[in-house]
Amino acid sequence: MAQAQIPIDSQINGAHQHPEAWSWYHYFWYNTDHKVIGIQYLVFSFIFYLIAGVMALFLRAELYTPDSDLLDPNVYNTLLTNHGTMMIFFWIVPAAIGGFGNYLVPLMIGAKDMAFPNLNAISFWLNPVAALLMGVSLYFGGAQSGWTAYPPLSLITNNLGQSFWILSIVFVGTSSILGAINFLVTIFKMRTPSMKWDEMPLFCWAMIATSALALFSTPVLAIGLTLLLFDINFGTGFFRPEMGGDIVVYQHLFWFYSHPAVYLMILPIFGIMSEVISTHARKPIFGYKAIAYSSLAICVVGLFVWVHHMFTSGTPAWMRMFFTISTLIVAVPTGVKIFSWVATLWGGKIRLTSPLLFAVGLLAMFVFGGLSGVTLGTAPFDIHVHDTYYVVGHFHYVLFGGSVFGLYAAIYHWFPKMTGRMYNEPLGRVHFLLTFIGANMTFLPMHQLGMQGMPRRIAMYDPQFAGLNQLCTIGSMILGVSIIPFLINMIWSWGWGEQAPRNPWRSLTLEWQTTSPPAIENFDEEPILWAGPYDYGVDTQMEDDEETVEELLATVKSEVK
Amino acid sequence: MQGSTIDTATTNYNGAVVSETANESEHGDYRLLALIIFLASESLMFGGLFAAYLIYRGSAGAWPPEETEVEFLLPAINTVILISSSFVIHRGDVAIKNNNVGGMRLWYGLTALMGAIFLGGQVYEYLNLGYGLDKNVFSSCFYLMTGFHGLHVFVGILLMLGVLWRSRRPNHYNEAKHTGVEMTEIYWHFVDIIWIVLFGLLYVLTLL
Repeated sequence: MAQAQIPIDSQINGAHQHPEAWSWYHYFWYNTDHKVIGIQYLVFSFIFYLIAGVMALFLRAELYTPDSDLLDPNVYNTLLTNHGTMMIFFWIVPAAIGGFGNYLVPLMIGAKDMAFPNLNAISFWLNPVAALLMGVSLYFGGAQSGWTAYPPLSLITNNLGQSFWILSIVFVGTSSILGAINFLVTIFKMRTPSMKWDEMPLFCWAMIATSALALFSTPVLAIGLTLLLFDINFGTGFFRPEMGGDIVVYQHLFWFYSHPAVYLMILPIFGIMSEVISTHARKPIFGYKAIAYSSLAICVVGLFVWVHHMFTSGTPAWMRMFFTISTLIVAVPTGVKIFSWVATLWGGKIRLTSPLLFAVGLLAMFVFGGLSGVTLGTAPFDIHVHDTYYVVGHFHYVLFGGSVFGLYAAIYHWFPKMTGRMYNEPLGRVHFLLTFIGANMTFLPMHQLGMQGMPRRIAMYDPQFAGLNQLCTIGSMILGVSIIPFLINMIWSWGWGEQAPRNPWRSLTLEWQTTSPPAIENFDEEPILWAGPYDYGVDTQMEDDEETVEELLATVKSEVK
Repeated sequence: MQGSTIDTATTNYNGAVVSETANESEHGDYRLLALIIFLASESLMFGGLFAAYLIYRGSAGAWPPEETEVEFLLPAINTVILISSSFVIHRGDVAIKNNNVGGMRLWYGLTALMGAIFLGGQVYEYLNLGYGLDKNVFSSCFYLMTGFHGLHVFVGILLMLGVLWRSRRPNHYNEAKHTGVEMTEIYWHFVDIIWIVLFGLLYVLTLL
């Protein structure tokens, strides 16, 4: 046969489809390895976190005084719109779902890769295209109608910038749908054969709920934005009342996506929380099934709460009542998770590492944000504070105090696995302290401002609000500074940090069973489930022995006598 | 699995398997499942459009508003063509399951032709309506909904042409290996179902 004439070397080279390890330049081009894609997502989105963060600092600097003295009001509107858009669509969603989802899901279930590696790579590369379109939008002055892009404002301000903004979001949405399909098929079909549903890490349960939500809600946003695009450019009348259109229809289409979008941004974080807290508290997770199923409950109930954003949009009374009730119901599964994490921490051997600090910080911040969310979900109170800084304070507590704290926890927790190096622990703690102080100082006074009636999305405000605004601005500058120790830590550790062992946290999930960083197809051989994902402190040897704890105690007693 | 019977796997000097038939044969073929999930997601895109349309209709005095009446006969004929094409494409699927590539090619070609006739009829209707999409909210809905569906029909035709193009290679599709053929069929049924709802909303409901 022809094969006999081929030298052994070329036969081996020909058979290997991948190099032994990726070089740095592989990360800058099309690559189908889920780990490369995960890191591409993370680095890409982090750049946008920095950009959108700088925008926020400019916004806060402008708000230091009641007058408009730093930024032109139009520029203020552009920065305001793009700060929100980028933080949501280019940072939290791609980092949490695209970044950690892609990196962790195949490793956690013991698979070599995602079900559709090419589709996965395409999903990622839609994001740079979207970013390019966002850049074009900014070149033309940018969208200026807020991240919600409500008509009629979005129909009359900067049409060109708004149109490119819409195209950009549609690309991100497409990426999100394709990614969600991939996650569902991967988790359903590619678990290592011995892994049962209730042995799956909770992060994977969270990703199932996230993906289902993305699949059902994103297309509705896509259609809403498409209609808006046609209204702006092709003379249709969907949101033009003079042609029989209705702007409330836009609000329904928009919030049908954008309320579930807040769960898209927090469900993967909830998954991360379960991993981080159980590992660093050295205790089995409290209520595995309760946490797993509450993710699904949030997914289902979360699809039926969107009208609570529209209590002041002429919503009929029965709708207000229905959506107030459904909004309060969605707090229940969230509360189940919070209590489970607290119960996991309770009596654990807690190691105060940076990931745990951020996870506990998240608990504090998110409970606060969740409670203000419950107040906002109640129609009578919402009508009072609608479109004020109370709302801004609330969603920054859940998005910054929740999602971003969770992302930081995840970055520290999986940094050794992803890079093969340890991060610097003291710097991580400094970072946590600055972030925690900065975040509370920035966002807590906003509740007060909102109660006093300061409207959101404005560059100039009544002088009576100046004092609290200055406090917010100082807090935001602390937040801005807090990124410096983080950046130093990440860059220095990635390049010159101490080599990380295979499993520095002595964690039980499968991603820690392989090398750090993992080999190209993840596992040298089929990984073995030798313990449940959270069996910390559970003596698995006991099950083999016939002796029970009572018998052991009896032996001890008799020896003492 | 991709259904290939040729196993090119060999072992290297220390006995480890160094080559497998193909990368995608490492795990089962989940493309059908992925397509179904995708279509579930797609249906919500149309769902959003349908909901918006019904809200507009509910709050309008006359529906359709004056000067924006729609035809009925031509779209009805078009509907019959599109619905029958679903049965035609199914014949093609049955053919390939009996390893009859020629039959599959015939039925898929016929379905593509019926799809093209449908699109032609749609364009003819557009040209003869006498109003554009900027007339009022009904005309906006009408053109966007039928146009968006038409785009899906167009993609379906491309998929069928792709199947026809690939099937020219002997044994590219056979009774065990025809995921692409099956996916095209499922997608086409989906496009068909969406049209039935659209026809009800845009043509039948406007008559009532």
